[in-house]
Formats: sequence, structure tokens, C-alpha cells
Amino acid sequence: MRVFHLKINGDTVDVAAPEHYTLLEILRYELGLTGSKQGCDKGDCGSCTVQVDGVPMLSCLVLPSTVESKAITTIEGLAVQHRSDGGEGASLLQNAFDAAGALQCGFCQPGMIMSAQALLESNATPNRDDIKQALAGNLCRCTGYTQIYTAVESAAKDGGENGCS
Amino acid sequence: MAARDKHGPDAPWGDGFKVIGKPNRKVDALAKATGEAIYTDDISLPNMLHSKTLRSPHAHAKILSIDTSKAEALEGVYAVLVGSELPIKYGVIPWTPDENVLATDKVRFIGDEVAAVAAIDEDTAIEACELIEVEYELLETIVTAEQALVTPEPPIHDDRKKRNNISKHVELEFGDVDAQVDDADLVVENDYYFHSTTHTAIEPHCAVATFGNDGRLTLWSSTQITHYVHRALSRVLEMDPAKIRVIQPNVGGGFGGKSDPFALEFITAMLSKKSGRPVKMLWTREEVFYAHRGRHSMQMHYRTTAKSDGTITSVDAKLLIDGGAYSSFGLVTTYYSGQLLTGPYAFPNYRFDSTRVFTNRPPCGPKRGHGSVQPRFAFEVQLDEVATKLDIDPIEIRRKNFLGENTTTINGQRITSNGFLECLDAVEEASDWKSKHRKMRYGTGIGVAGSMYISGTNYPVYPNKMPQAGVQLKVDRSGLVTVFTGGNDIGQGSNSMVAYCVAEEMGINPDSIKVVAADTDLCPVDLGAYSSRVTFMVGNAAIDAARKMRNKIVEAVAEHWKVEKESVRIIDGTVYNLDNDEETLSQREAFHVTEEKFDTLGSTGSYNTPTLGGDYRGGTIGSSPAYSFTSHVAEVDIDTETGEIEVKKIWVAHDCGRALNPILVKGQIEGSTYMGAAEVSLENYEMNRFSLHAGPSLLDYRIPTTLDTAEIEALIVESIDPEGPYGAKEAGEGPLHSAIPAVANAIYDAVGIRLRELPFTPAKVLAALKEKDEVTADA
Ligand code: FES
Ligand code: FES
Repeated sequence: MRVFHLKINGDTVDVAAPEHYTLLEILRYELGLTGSKQGCDKGDCGSCTVQVDGVPMLSCLVLPSTVESKAITTIEGLAVQHRSDGGEGASLLQNAFDAAGALQCGFCQPGMIMSAQALLESNATPNRDDIKQALAGNLCRCTGYTQIYTAVESAAKDGGENGCS
Repeated sequence: MAARDKHGPDAPWGDGFKVIGKPNRKVDALAKATGEAIYTDDISLPNMLHSKTLRSPHAHAKILSIDTSKAEALEGVYAVLVGSELPIKYGVIPWTPDENVLATDKVRFIGDEVAAVAAIDEDTAIEACELIEVEYELLETIVTAEQALVTPEPPIHDDRKKRNNISKHVELEFGDVDAQVDDADLVVENDYYFHSTTHTAIEPHCAVATFGNDGRLTLWSSTQITHYVHRALSRVLEMDPAKIRVIQPNVGGGFGGKSDPFALEFITAMLSKKSGRPVKMLWTREEVFYAHRGRHSMQMHYRTTAKSDGTITSVDAKLLIDGGAYSSFGLVTTYYSGQLLTGPYAFPNYRFDSTRVFTNRPPCGPKRGHGSVQPRFAFEVQLDEVATKLDIDPIEIRRKNFLGENTTTINGQRITSNGFLECLDAVEEASDWKSKHRKMRYGTGIGVAGSMYISGTNYPVYPNKMPQAGVQLKVDRSGLVTVFTGGNDIGQGSNSMVAYCVAEEMGINPDSIKVVAADTDLCPVDLGAYSSRVTFMVGNAAIDAARKMRNKIVEAVAEHWKVEKESVRIIDGTVYNLDNDEETLSQREAFHVTEEKFDTLGSTGSYNTPTLGGDYRGGTIGSSPAYSFTSHVAEVDIDTETGEIEVKKIWVAHDCGRALNPILVKGQIEGSTYMGAAEVSLENYEMNRFSLHAGPSLLDYRIPTTLDTAEIEALIVESIDPEGPYGAKEAGEGPLHSAIPAVANAIYDAVGIRLRELPFTPAKVLAALKEKDEVTADA
């Protein structure tokens, strides 16, 4: 066991967990942040994607000790951030996924949305190829991806119109 | 009485649809997008233990002894389970129960389950599993289907009546097939092969079980078939089903991979009983690969006879199906492999001879398009060969042989609505077929294929005359309507579909509806999410329940206003008096008025299929109240240097009856097409010569990323089925089938090679190109 000092979704937390736990295990099983999903535990599927200092990372491959001083954002943090920025309900991107029908079983989506959010933060007007590249590490077995592209494109468009991402 | 007798495809209030056909949001999408939605592994109960399974390292072996004493002695271990404690066999098809929760006498594939441990955490459970000592006596491994056919000994299942490795054999002939050969202008005969592939839902299987002190069991499981799991638990645990509650939380994808009862459901229950604590089991990705139940590999021989104008005169099929180690849905698979091919084209004479065998491989089962994707591939490629040989356009030959609507297939399936011609028109136009087919530069090409699929089947898995789908409505004083349905939403959106149907029928907004689904304590039975049955059956049941409720509301409000019932209209949650503009009631007020008249408000609805199917043994298997139709056109680019196939674009038109929500229907069409296209050259569920899986991970088993997925254009065709809920049919499985042969046929158009053996690897492409060049050189 070891105590990890983590900054997650704006909160500072001390978590006691076995030394070998991954960030994903800490999130899901120690902190109850079950939004990040585990589809393989090996870095192959992307459903565990979170942001570390704004960069999408596979939390199943991250040892928590390596991110202790960094800002971790999980899917649960997006709506929180959106509301603290003065918005209501879920974030623009989350809403866009809903409106586009991009969510079927939804299991890939927390990871998918975290990758897409990171894309929009670095490139507010991505084209289809940019989106494909940015989401290439996130497997979705339900949608065939088309509605996911539509969601990201419409969030980018709305974000541009509203001056936020 | 069945709901189908009471309502048709029209809008309930006679002035157009308010909810149906609109791009409404899904009832659960926002919860999923924000990470709020709870899946099975997100459940954690106080005092919960974690469990793991010890699996067989041998493909075929007798178990001589199991010693669990060291595992039991390990600190942190609370319970250990072995097969002899649960000796009763089960299987999703009640006629072929051949699975044990844990092996009792022998193991049948590498990964078969032998013992299980519940411990304080997963690490301890894994350590304990490693301490279990099992003594095996190795038996001959049956690796291939051909070997199974000629190797009756040792039988993989030795308690069956016949000592052999044949799981099921079906031979049916309609008309006189052989008699057509002499009269035919053209006979095309070839061998085809479809490899095994697997579902790969992104959520691994997971179960959580808890036994209360009252002896009641609650199980949460990532299943598509709550009802069958409920039945299987009762059978194997020898428990009163009234004391078992099965709940399906959100499921992270199924595609048929979660439609058998699985060992972890029984194991967690039993370990919970033994330990007195809740128990969870989460499979690793590797374990999900061993659980499989994926696409059966099939070796297929087809012979089609035709007239010179392209009319098919007979089709003859012989199939060898590799079932893997257990029966699963195999009885149905064997029938489906023949029964579902008899549309969208008229077969005047048809015969199939299908044999499913047992091998020492992970068991195959129902993957999206169960049993009919493989024959569809073979036949559509063969039909293309017929067209080529007769110099007929491949779309024309498909039109020419169109089965028609309101007709019966050669094997006795009733066809109602049929939008196949419109599907062909739609893909022909969208793909600009006429200016591309046989006209593109060498290396690029375009191909077409068609298919049909069931919207549920009237074969209810276990014989009974009760409804196949039930829905219950609770109407609350708050204005909320709660819909209870046994239907399993596995991501396809069935909970949303139910909400749309109830909203439309009652004249209210889907926002004022809450759906409670797939909880056996709370919800009326639905048979589950398989055979593309949910929209058709649960949709009809929902309309049935909602219509009864609406009639009560209208009657109560009419009496309240002292007007005729015809004057009462509910539009978007407000009740209007058509005789008096001033007079309205809110939904909530109307519910109060209705409750005053009728007491506590509720209603039930149900659906059962009409009597369908041919009058012969197996004639009901594959008979559906409605069939969906699909056509795909694929455009490919072949690299003749490397043999690589790039699928550039796929156009897919699907006749879904009526699109209850076009966004969700498109999602199903796109997702199906993506999954089918992936079976062409990417995905291969492969075993090595020891029957060990070649690479049970998402890295080795290559499901397509964004970069591997072709552009897909989904086109909806609405044939408006007379019996479907507002005219709807299935959309979740049909649009997979013809994607695969469309690509195969496009490859022929591109480079003139006929690939008949999946998967189409670059090596096969290059070999075929070389062979073609040699033939051309010789000539
Ligand atoms: S769970 Fe982390 S990549 Fe799959
Ligand atoms: S929505 Fe199911 S895996 Fe993407």
C-alpha cells in the first residue's frame, strides 16, 4: 500500500492503494470514478482515456506515482468544468455526442470523448482526417465511427460559434 | 390476444406522427456521455469479494483429480468452487444442455473453466487459482471440422446418445434440385469458406451476485438475455426462480456475445452463497476471447443452376460448420445456415445439407447475423459469377430474381413487406453504379450484394404459449409514465424505442417517460436481445400497453368534460377538447382525472407471433413475422503489388419497415456494415495446431480503428410492414450480411479474381492474381 497525492477534476485527493495499481484502478475502484472504462487493461482499446495536463492518456497504462503533480481530468470532470465555466448540464461535446446518436452501448464513449475533447482543445476546427487520427486509439465496436465524426464536427462548429470549446 | 391484431402501421391519432420518425435523443445517451451510466463492473457492494477462474491449459483431457486444499488455506480466500458442486448441465437451447459451470469430468478446449475462487481481492484470487492442483489425462485433440467428421472417438461429449462428434445435422429439400441440372443453361458450382470471427464488445463480461440472508439471490450481469439467465440459474442452482432476481445494468455491447448463460453468472452466485458475501467476477479480455460464441467457420459448397436470362432454377448447398466445444445455439445455427437463404430471391428448388460438428475449440454461437452471414457470402459471390458468365449486370440479375412481397418462400416462410428493389435502386443511384461497374481503371472496382434477415422468430427457444414480449405501464400522479420492459437494451437503443412508442401512442413527450428494463423482479418477461426481435416484439407490446392506457385517459377526460371521446386529443402532453378551444388539461391533471375514475393506473401489453413457418420438422426455425432487406455496394482499390485491399466506400440501403428514429436506424446500419466489412480481411479468430488461440487480445485480433474503416453511406428504405410496430422491422443485424460479398464482388470487378475463401489476405490476393496471369498467359 502507498498513499498517492492526486489532482483529479480540480480536487486534491490522497488515495491509499496497492503500489502496483494503475491510475485506472485507482479511479474506478478506489475513488468510485467509474466513468473511465476498462476494455482491455493493456493499452489496446482506449476506453480508459483520461487527460493528464490536457494530454489524452491511457489510464490503464499509467502508474499513479508518475502523475502525482499533474492535473488529471476524467469524463466526470468535463461537465463539472463546463458548469464552472458558466455552462449548464453536460458539455458541448457531450451534448453533441448525444444529438448525433454517437452513443450506442456507450462503453467506448468516455474514452472517445476525452480524446475528442483534447483534439478540440488543440485544434478548434479539425477536418475529418484530423478527427480520424485523433480517435484512432479509441476502439468503438458499435457505431462504425461515422456518427462520432458528426458529433465532433458539430461540437467544433458550435464551439466556434459560441466562442468556446 | 396478440397485439398484432389490434394496431397497424399508422399514426395513432390519425394526423401524422409526433415522435416516431423524428431524430429524438436516446433516453440514456447523456448518462453515457457523462460517465454516469452504470455498467456491471461499476457496481461495488459493501463487503464484496472478487473471484477468478482456473482454466484448462489442455484442449481435450479427462480430469482425474482436483485438489483445492492449498487454495483454500491461502489467507484472503473465502470460497472455492469445483464442478462437482454444480453437476446440472445447461445450455441456452433446452434440447442441448451440454455445459457445466465448471468442468466435472473433462475439459473440452483451452480456456475451459475448471475451478473458481472468491477472495478479498483479484490478486489473491489469482494466486489461489494457481495453487489448485489438477491432474489431467490427455485425450486426442480434435482441431478441425473435417477431423471431427471422421473421428467419432473420442467423442467430445460422451454422454450423448450417439457416440460421434456431430452436433447437429439438417438436410432439407424443397422441390427437386438435381432434376434442374440437365435443363439448366448454366451451372455454377464452387467451394467457399467463411472463417471464424468474434464479437469483441468493448465491455468484457462481468457479473456481481449476492445472496441475502433471506436466501434470495440477486445477480447483475452484462447479459443480453436476462430471462434465459434467470431460468438457467434456477435450473443449475436448483432454486425457486421466484427467489432469483436477475438485473441487466447498462451493457457495453453484445452482438450475440452475451446471449448465452455464462459460467461467471453461476460461479458468482454460488461463491456468494458459500462465502456469505457479495461476489464479483470480471473477465479479462483474454477470457472474453475464450468465451467466444462467435461466428462459426463454415466450409460451403454451392451449386446454382440458371436459365440464360439469369433466372435461378435451383440452389444446392452443403455446409460443414465448426461448432467448437459446446452446443450453444448450434441447433438453431444449423437450421439458419440453410433456412435464411431463401430470399430476397425466389428459389424454385432448394436443398441444403448442413452439419455442425464439435471440435476442441472455444464454442461458437450467434454473432450478429447468426448462421446466415456465411451462406449469404457464398451465395452472393456465386450469384455474381452467374451474372458474369451470363453477361448480365449484377444488379439486374438480383432484380430479375426478386422474390416479391406478400408471398411465401420455397421453404414456407411468409414474406410480408419487402423493400429489396428499392434498396437496389438506392445503392445503384447513390454509388453511381452505371458509370462505374466494369468501367473503372484496373485495380479499382465496384460490387453489389443483397440479403434478408429476420425480425425475431416465432421459435421461442423453450416451448410455451405465453407472450414473447410483455410491457407494463405505471401512470403516476406526478405526470410520469414508467414503462417496465423485460427487453435488453445492449446499446441498440431498445429502451429509447420503447419510450418513443409509448409517447407516440399516448400523445405525450418521451421526456415524461421513464423506462425500467431487464430486471426480472420488476419487469414482465421479454425473451431477450437476439434474433433482431426487440423492436418488432417489444415495440408492439409497448404500443399495446400504451393504447390501453390512452383509451382509459380519453374515456375519463371525455366523461369529465362531458364530451364524446372523439373530441378528446392528447398532443405533446396536453389534453385538448376539440369542441372547446378553452378547455385543456395538463398531462398530470388528466392522469388525476383518470385515476379518480379507474383507481390506480396501470396497463399491460404483449406480443406474440402469429403461427408461422413451414409444416415440417424445423419449419418454424427462421420463420419471422417480418423480414428486413438490405443491399450493399462496395468500392475497392486493390494494390496489385502488395495484395492489399482498400475498401474506399460502402453504400448500404436497408429496408427497416419504418424508421422509428432515423438516427438510431442509421447507427445500426453503419455499425453492422462496419462489422461486416471488418470480417473481409481484418478479423480472424484463429487457433494454432494445438487449438490454442493465436492472439487473444485487442492488439492481435484486429477490429477496425477509425483509420481502417471505410466511408459508409447509410440509406434508409421504408417498406412499412403491416405488422411491425408502426410498420417497423429490424435494423441491427440485416445490414451486416451483404457487406462482405459486396466487397468480394468488387474485387472481381477491380482485378478479375474470384476470392472464395475468407479472410482475404494480401497473400491470397497475390496468389489469385498470379494464377490469373498464368491462365491468361497460357491462353
Ligand atoms: S483499458 Fe486502457 S486501453 Fe483498454
Ligand atoms: S458505442 Fe459501443 S463501443 Fe462505442
